[in-house]
Amino acid sequence: MWGGSLIPKTIGAVVVVTGAVAGGLLVRRGPRRRADPRRWLAVTVNRAPSDVLADGSPPAPLAELGDAIEVQVRPAPGDKGAELAARLRDPSRIGERGPVAKLHGNDPLQKLRTALRQAKAILEVGEVVLPDAPGTTHPGPGGRLVAVADRVAQGEGRL
Amino acid sequence: MKALCWEGTNNVKVEEVPEPRIRNSEDVILKVRASAVCGSDLHLLGGYIPAMQAGDVLGHEFLGEVVEVGPGVRNRKLGDRVVVCSFTSCGRCWYCRHDLWSLCDNANTNPGITEALWGQSIGACFGYSHALGGFAGSHAEYIRVPFADYGTFVVPEAIEDDLAAVFASDAGPTGWMGAHLGGVKPGDVVAVWGAGGVGQVAARAALLLGAERVIAIDRIPERLQQAERHMGVETIDYTKTDVTAELKERSGGRGPDVCIEAVGMEAHSAGPDFLYDQAKQQLRLQTDRPTAIREAIYACRKGGSVFCLGVFAGAVDKFPLGAVMNKGLTLRGAQQHGQRYIPMLLDRIATGELPTRHLATHPMRLDDGPTGYRMFKRKEDGCVRAVFRP
Repeated sequence: MWGGSLIPKTIGAVVVVTGAVAGGLLVRRGPRRRADPRRWLAVTVNRAPSDVLADGSPPAPLAELGDAIEVQVRPAPGDKGAELAARLRDPSRIGERGPVAKLHGNDPLQKLRTALRQAKAILEVGEVVLPDAPGTTHPGPGGRLVAVADRVAQGEGRL
Repeated sequence: MKALCWEGTNNVKVEEVPEPRIRNSEDVILKVRASAVCGSDLHLLGGYIPAMQAGDVLGHEFLGEVVEVGPGVRNRKLGDRVVVCSFTSCGRCWYCRHDLWSLCDNANTNPGITEALWGQSIGACFGYSHALGGFAGSHAEYIRVPFADYGTFVVPEAIEDDLAAVFASDAGPTGWMGAHLGGVKPGDVVAVWGAGGVGQVAARAALLLGAERVIAIDRIPERLQQAERHMGVETIDYTKTDVTAELKERSGGRGPDVCIEAVGMEAHSAGPDFLYDQAKQQLRLQTDRPTAIREAIYACRKGGSVFCLGVFAGAVDKFPLGAVMNKGLTLRGAQQHGQRYIPMLLDRIATGELPTRHLATHPMRLDDGPTGYRMFKRKEDGCVRAVFRP
């Protein structure tokens, strides 16, 4: 080891992450902070709209969510492909809301975001890229927090 | 296998870790032949990018030999000696198709982290935290490379020395991109903050793109000497002069047409602003120290261009937005779009037009990794880059 910091590393890391995320929250406009479960979520797929709804039904794995969701596809402006949008009809049919459900990746919006991202990847690339495995055997206290973030990162974010 | 792992702030160790295996059809496995440290690794070591787990393998600038090929790989075969772009990218999303490779939509396995930080996620970088994909790094005997048809490049036989070719992985394309996307044109005066590997390549690229004068700014004598001797550019030691006054003097009172920042979030300066930024960063009141880019914005001529190559993670304080707006500057930045540049850079390295071998001042065994990072961080023995040879 060499060098040093005035602030213990784990505390510093948490403060930095909290500060950075808080910065992101500050620039979000509007009075509501909690995600609206009925909002349309969308990805732009670099394929023709007819490829996205090839047989008239949503692409995998969106199709697995069945009629718990609504799906729309329209051409993206500027030759950017197709806009694939989906929203929950009834969130309670595919998960539970709340912080505990979110930590376990069981939140309906997390499932919808994950399905949208994976559908886009499959349409564009043919598969979803996987992380290296196995990962570290000794992540440490800060690393365990990172592992939680990893576990839910496909379903979180600003999609 | 042996690998050099991050274990905590300023703590790296050589450890035994599991060998990588094919996980996606377009993966290859490489036996690593050369893997360089990078200035941006120091942000990980310093704890400034907290999305790391103890045991994560470091390293993103590397060259190796293909030893295993996934079933979906079309253009690589066993035995190929390849240099790998530090950013892995799918090659088929809109961003990749438009040569904005580091913005790839499909390569980052953890997109939610950077979306929360920045509004959108970007692509993935080997060995550079779970925010940028969580892929294992290259300071190891073997590494898995996804999307191999797009991110690996066969090294021409004319470049026999791995220690020259390895810099086509990251420092080369990053530096070239700064000059190219910074808009360097024939006749320009260009200033580059930072004369490490990236800054030196940016300076050389500016010359090759036709700049009339190129000035590299640093305080480390060995780096300034390298910039003059190998890259053929002028230099300024910022500890010995007033940089903005010197730049005005060398540009007829205008200021540089293009200013390239190749320093990043741990910038140093000789002025009181360094103490201010250091205190705020240590107290976590800002995540990054923007000392160098502030100076670049202040120095740039009216209507000029400032390109940010140095890695920044979050928020900075006292950012001179008034100068950007009122002087009509173009401010741009990016992680490197290497797939766009690497074949051209390999050709230029092969002909000697872009010298890179001198950057590898300290080739060493992987076992000596902790020593290499210590020397690199402290700039001991004129260390510009340590390069590990597993």
